[in-house]
Amino acid sequence: MKRLFTAVWLWLDDRIGISVLLKPMKHIAPQDAKWWYVFGTATMISFIVQVVTGVALAFSFIPSSSQAYETLVFITNNAPFGRFLRGLHYYGASAMVLMIGAHMAQTFLFGSYKFPREMTWSTGVLLLGFTLAMGFTGQLLRWDQTAAWSVVVAAEQAGRVPLIGDWLARFILGGTTIGGATLSRFFAIHVFVIPGIMFAFIGLHVWLVLRHGISEPPTAGKPVNPETYRKEYEELLEKSGRPFWPDLAWRDFVVGTGLIMAIALLAFFIGPPALDKPPDPSVLNADPRPDWYLLWYFALLALIPAKIEGYLMILMPALIGIMLLIIPVLNNRGERAASRRPWAIAVVSLSVIMIGSLWIAGQQSPWSPNFQALPLTEKVIGATSGPVFQGGRLFHDKACLSCHLIQGHGGRRGPDLTYVGDKLTRDNIIIRIVNGGGNMPAFGTSLKPQEIDALVAFLQSRKRPIRPQDRSAMAQN
Amino acid sequence: MNENVTDHSLARVETPEVLSRRRFLEKLSIALGGLCAAVVGVPLIGFVVAPLFRKAPEQWMSLGKVSDFQIGKTVTVNVLDPSPLPWAGITAKNAVWLRRESDTSFIAFSANCTHLGCPVRWMEGAELFMCPCHGGVYYKDGNVAAGPPPRPLFRYDVRIENGEVKINSVVVPISTTL
Repeated sequence: MKRLFTAVWLWLDDRIGISVLLKPMKHIAPQDAKWWYVFGTATMISFIVQVVTGVALAFSFIPSSSQAYETLVFITNNAPFGRFLRGLHYYGASAMVLMIGAHMAQTFLFGSYKFPREMTWSTGVLLLGFTLAMGFTGQLLRWDQTAAWSVVVAAEQAGRVPLIGDWLARFILGGTTIGGATLSRFFAIHVFVIPGIMFAFIGLHVWLVLRHGISEPPTAGKPVNPETYRKEYEELLEKSGRPFWPDLAWRDFVVGTGLIMAIALLAFFIGPPALDKPPDPSVLNADPRPDWYLLWYFALLALIPAKIEGYLMILMPALIGIMLLIIPVLNNRGERAASRRPWAIAVVSLSVIMIGSLWIAGQQSPWSPNFQALPLTEKVIGATSGPVFQGGRLFHDKACLSCHLIQGHGGRRGPDLTYVGDKLTRDNIIIRIVNGGGNMPAFGTSLKPQEIDALVAFLQSRKRPIRPQDRSAMAQN
Repeated sequence: MNENVTDHSLARVETPEVLSRRRFLEKLSIALGGLCAAVVGVPLIGFVVAPLFRKAPEQWMSLGKVSDFQIGKTVTVNVLDPSPLPWAGITAKNAVWLRRESDTSFIAFSANCTHLGCPVRWMEGAELFMCPCHGGVYYKDGNVAAGPPPRPLFRYDVRIENGEVKINSVVVPISTTL
């Protein structure tokens, strides 16, 4: 029997060339390329998870504006393993974004983008862009209320591009409004166009890794010199190189297995993101938010100064992309070790801090009004009748509470007014209410004089409680 | 040595005629490839970018009778896309904010924030439109009150005809200025 299998294998291998195809797996790599080098493979494993689960989901997903939502409800609630598959696809996307970020940071800190691997880095940068584009278009395919409004947000952003903005916006919407043409084009882009390009670029990226070899871990004081690097690298491989399979690849398999297990556990126990309401553009009580990997950008759009926002919205992503692409062209020689490149550590650290801070800000969204703020209770108002009570009620009815906090109730868009009575005089409060200012609308034309009086009475009553010892000290004075 | 010779066995037939024929065949093959790409590619691109050139349907749509709306009130009114694709489903629905200013004057606002297109909500008590996304705020006349919106809420053309309030088409207004 064994002889038969061997004969069949040899015949197939001769006719198909399987051994030849797999030969690159045994290419010689530096023996010190260990745990720091697993992120590239982890990214590819995440991509494979996405392809496999995406194909499975496509068996039931109908990319029609009128039916997609129902098919997602079916996949989530009725189809066997549907909820789990959606979860795998969602956490697989998250893993891919995280892993490609880690891969990029490691490559940058190790100076692996330098000669002769400039194009390996640049193709990786493009793959990062495609990954984020997949994340965004994937969220749109969820085709719920958030997805539909996110298409509008994307169209509005594209509209700011000089000269061709209006065309781009129409291309994204599939016309002048959300409609039947909107979803199917995103389906085609998410399922065919970008993955097709990604397959090509992943192939090119891997080919370049094989062509130039896996970079050796950097050594401080040993700069890259394009004139001598290739010779030194060959000598290193000859001296201490190891075949990638299996001497080095086992770590990739360990990390890959851990990654897939983590994705599966999250998908099983937490599940996919809940579907929002159906994508009905006539329902205006919507609060669209991007998935976590783009939440930082959502926050950025709220925090950058309005006057330069249009320029930043278009120029900043373009500049970041161009900078990333040309980094190796500008700096392809010299020290690779992070310890000799403090600016490289600073760039990565600042990027992580900036994205992390914006992400937290995006989670909290203090700039958004709190539409769910409930009327203040009598206890919070501190009165059951009279101007202070009326003012407390008006504070909710006139939507002041949507933007201001009173004892932890309300919104965070404006200042916390819990103790405003200690800070502002009656006149100052009136001026601010009537004229607005800063980021506050003027209420002079929408409030009656008696309403302003009641609001002022309420706000003046917002004072720190006097402690007993302070009270007695005041009495003594 | 001729650089075009990559296979030694072919060296024997590398006469000028053969080289000329080979160059012709190269050009012919590339030209045929280009022709095939054009035959398939031009209609393909035309098909994909067709929405760019599709004109928005110019059609006056009724929002309701004049008497349905109170003076000084702002309400949301649902409208249907006048020519939806058959599979548009509920995405053919749209909404506008309609404000009656006087007996004969109405303002129809787009529900899209001019910042990034999120749906603005009308806060009746405050007489403000507020955006949930990045905190854009507008007065009742649509002018920007606070936040990042670069311009007032978009107004649709409104007319009163046979006792009905009508607006001219519903599009997502795109802010194309930086």
